[in-house]
Parts: sequence; structure tokens; C-alpha cells
Amino acid sequence: MSDPLARRWRPATFLPESDNRDGSLTFVVSTLCFLACLMALTVLASNRAVNTWSDQLTSQATIIVRPRANETPDLAAARAAEALAGVPGVTEAHALERAKVEALVEPWLGDISDLKDLPIPRLVAVDLDNARPAAPSTLAAALKVRGIDGIVDDHSIWTRDIARSASIIRWVCGGVFLMITASAGAIIAFATRAGLLARREVVEVLHLTGAENLFIARLFQIRFAQLSAIAGALGAVGAAGVGAILRLTAGGGELTHAIPILWSDLLAVAPCPLVAALVAAIAARVTAERMISEIT
Amino acid sequence: MPEADLKILAYLELPQQAVSKRKDRLASWSDICDMHSFFRTAGVGSSPLTRLSANPFATDEVLRFDDVSLSYGRHAEALRRISFHLKPGSFHFITGASGAGKSSLMKLIYMAVKPTTGRIELFGHDVSKVSARDLPFLRRRVGVVFQDFRLLDHLSAFDNAAVPLRISGRKPDSYRSDVAELLTWVGLHDRMNAMPPTLAGGEKQRLAIARAVVGRPEILLADEPTGNLDADMSERILKLFTQLNRLGTTVLIATHDLAMVARSGMPVLHLEAGRLIRRGSGVER
Repeated sequence: MSDPLARRWRPATFLPESDNRDGSLTFVVSTLCFLACLMALTVLASNRAVNTWSDQLTSQATIIVRPRANETPDLAAARAAEALAGVPGVTEAHALERAKVEALVEPWLGDISDLKDLPIPRLVAVDLDNARPAAPSTLAAALKVRGIDGIVDDHSIWTRDIARSASIIRWVCGGVFLMITASAGAIIAFATRAGLLARREVVEVLHLTGAENLFIARLFQIRFAQLSAIAGALGAVGAAGVGAILRLTAGGGELTHAIPILWSDLLAVAPCPLVAALVAAIAARVTAERMISEIT
Repeated sequence: MPEADLKILAYLELPQQAVSKRKDRLASWSDICDMHSFFRTAGVGSSPLTRLSANPFATDEVLRFDDVSLSYGRHAEALRRISFHLKPGSFHFITGASGAGKSSLMKLIYMAVKPTTGRIELFGHDVSKVSARDLPFLRRRVGVVFQDFRLLDHLSAFDNAAVPLRISGRKPDSYRSDVAELLTWVGLHDRMNAMPPTLAGGEKQRLAIARAVVGRPEILLADEPTGNLDADMSERILKLFTQLNRLGTTVLIATHDLAMVARSGMPVLHLEAGRLIRRGSGVER
């Protein structure tokens, strides 16, 4: 107990400094903050993955070559590659060997290396200039001029699917994030109501001694904002830890291709304590003002 | 009179009189002029403080009850058609058996409950018409010693006594010596750091009284203020109330202690079954 006549003395807070519900509340809010931060990291990682995949797909095109009656498939593919290599917006075009094409269709047809008579279409892989990629119609026209029967696949069907999937992921994560935020607010509001009821005698004494409702509400607002800031920091540190572990353990492996987390992404959790405190402050203030009016 | 008593009395004196009559004694007490008294004496601005801090001596009545009834639920009528008024600077006791309505009357005055019917005026303001925003500022002009003390168990005796000053915005450095001297004066100088659960009944009562008067209220309400005190301390507390009254504070004490009432010679409002049935001299119906 500090001496009230000492020089550095400061009065105690009107609300008890600790409450037996604080531990549980901190745990619940920090868990929610942890999940919210994971959502944020997931959105960042999925966005980056989608962008990478889209870039890869849009910078390439595939030509399916059908040989004429008087030429071999390999010759037709070589002619197509030669024709496309000189088209503006194409950086490189090369015919895929039969073995590579067999490897590509193996997941659907199985091992067909011993079926030499099976008419496997020949493919030409075309790398496009990222800055000014050649349009599919330009590629088709170049083939037609050289009398080559080929189908141009610019992968647009895949990029559309990826963009749609990315959009769904973003909306779902955003929705989950909002639900978590709303849950945190509701929990703080519930805790505020419980705190007000538990401290009803404090509220009544302050009220009857001339404290304004706003003054009393602010006590609860500050209290829960501080608690939530601490819980938010704990949740953020936890989520950053998980992100760091993913980054460290996955390294350059497949997991980081699927969930490409950068070290800089971990900074995204930094505002969490502030956001948690803000949500708690608003929830506590609104709830406290309403309840004080009811009970006094 | 001891020097300590003089200093406390100077502190507790109502600001209007303190400024005009006791200036010499207040010279070393410049820090006691808080924002409330500043607004009241300077008459500046139009804050709730200035709106509600009209000089009580400018009106004939500090408190008026007009045909006031109070019911808890449909059949529990606590007070029936009470009418009386109190002049500024008056001293009254409220007597009556348990359940007669003494505490209900007090609750109406400190605005813990609203009357079912009738009209209450405090410092010239119709309480039912004061906005929720302004009501706290009216309450700050009323000091209350609750029957059940209503001390905050997690605050020290010192912090409990300082509650009204903190609420009115006083900085800790500006009030700590005042509060310490007030606690010394009520005999709690060695219990300033004690928590209320560790205090004896009489100590709690004295602490509740210190809290009620520390804000220098214009009307002091006390519900059974000497119920847990020995004869000596009861006498001292009564003397404190009398001195506060002489300094301009209107005092209203609800009590069972008829001997104390008789000794004081002060007027009485007597309640029976929620009705005001008798009044002593100085009370007008």
C-alpha cells in the first residue's frame, strides 16, 4: 500500500485492478486474435500464390499440333515452333518431345510408352513476352499462314478459375475475420455486463457521488481496452510464431509454394493489439453506457 | 478551538462564505478552491456547473417536497403525500420507527429513486426536469452518509474519502493534504492506508462521514450516522454536523437516536407509516 502523503503517490483505480474473470477473458480474446491474425496471413499468402500462378499461366501458351497427311507429328511440331518463334510478343517456342507429352497425359492414361501407334498430339510450348504478350489470335494467324493445323490454348480458362478461387478465398477469409471480430466484440460486451453487475456497488457509489455516466463507462472502457490490447498482443505473437515456423520449416519446399509466406508478411499482425483494443473500447463503452442507465 | 479543528472548519466552509468572511483563514488554503467553487464564485461560462450551482442563499428554500408519494410496486407505498421545505442553513432530524420511510425520504433527496407522484425541488431545481446530463452536477452539491456506508472495499480509507474530489476532477496533488487532515480530524489518521474490510464499524462510519463532507456539499444527508459509534464519537460527529451547519451547510439526519435528537435541540420531522405526522420548530409544512 502506497503512502498517500508520499511525493510520487497516485490514487488507486476506481475499479479493482484484477478480476478473477480476467484470465479466462484474456485467453478467449487472445485466441480470437490469434485466429484473426492467421486469417490475415492466409489472405496474404493465398493472394501471393494466386498472383504467382496467374503470372505463370498468362505468360505461356500451348499449341496442339495436328500433322498433315504427308508429314510426321514431330516435323509438324517443329514447323509450328519455328513459325511461332518469330511472332512479336513470343520470347521462345519449342516443340515438346513425345516422351514429355506422354508424361503429361500419364495421370489420365497411365503408362503408354509401349503403345507406339497411339496418336498422341504434339505440343508446342510458347513463352510469351510478359510486357507485350502475343494475342492467341496472332498465334493462330501465324500458324495458318504457314499452313499448320493447330489449336491455341492461352490457359485463360485456368486463370479465370484461379482468379475465381482466389476471390472466394478472400471473401471467406474476410467473412471469418469479421465474424471473429464481432465475436470478440460480443465477448467484451458480455464481460462488460458481467463486470458492471459484479461492480454494481462501485457504479452506484460513483453515480450517487456525482459521477457522470460517461465517467463510469470510461472506467470500463479503459479497463477492457487494456486487457484486450494485451490479449491482442499475445494472439499476434502466437500467429506470427506460427507464420515464422511455417516459413522456417517449409523453406523452399512444396508448402511454401502453396502458402508463400514472406518474413515481411508477419508485420501484418502488428496492428492486432490496437484493433483489439479499439473493438473492446467501443463494445465496452456502448454496453456500459446502456447498462449504467438501466441500473442507476 | 484546536488549530486542527479550525483548519478543517475552514476547509469545510461553503465557498461563498469562505471567500467573503473567512478570507484570512483561507489564505493558506488557496488550493481548496476547486473548479466547482471557482465556477460558482466567479460566475463564468454556462457549463452544467454554473447552471446548477446557483447560490443556495439566493433562494428561500434549499429543498421542497410538494405532495410527494413514493411506491415500490403497486401496493408497497413507502411515503404518502409528504410536503415540507427546508431553508438554507437549517438543521433537521428525521425520526420514525423502522419502515416509517426515513431512508426512502433520503433516497428521494439524493435522487436514487424518483417520486411516484408529487414534485421535489432541490436548490430551486425541479429534480424531475433536470436532464440526465446535468443531474451528476446537482448530486455533487449533496453529501450523503449512507446507512450501509457503501465504502469501496478495494480502495484504501484515503482513496475512499477522496472519491468525490476525484469525480469532480481534482488532481491528487491538490487534495491529498486536505483529505489527510480531514481523516485525521475524524480520528482515522493511523488508518489512512487501511482497507475498509479491516476497519471497525465505527471507523467505517467515520470514513463514510469524511467522504460525505470532503466535497463541501451544500446539503448533507446522513442516514443513521451514529448507529455504530460510541457515545464520545457520536457526540463528536454531532458536533461536526453542527459546525458544518453553522458554516452554511443544510443538514438532514435520519436517526433512531432520540437521546441525541433531544440533546441537540434541533427541529424534527417525524414519520409514521410513510406519513409526515409531526414537526418540530423551524420546520414548515
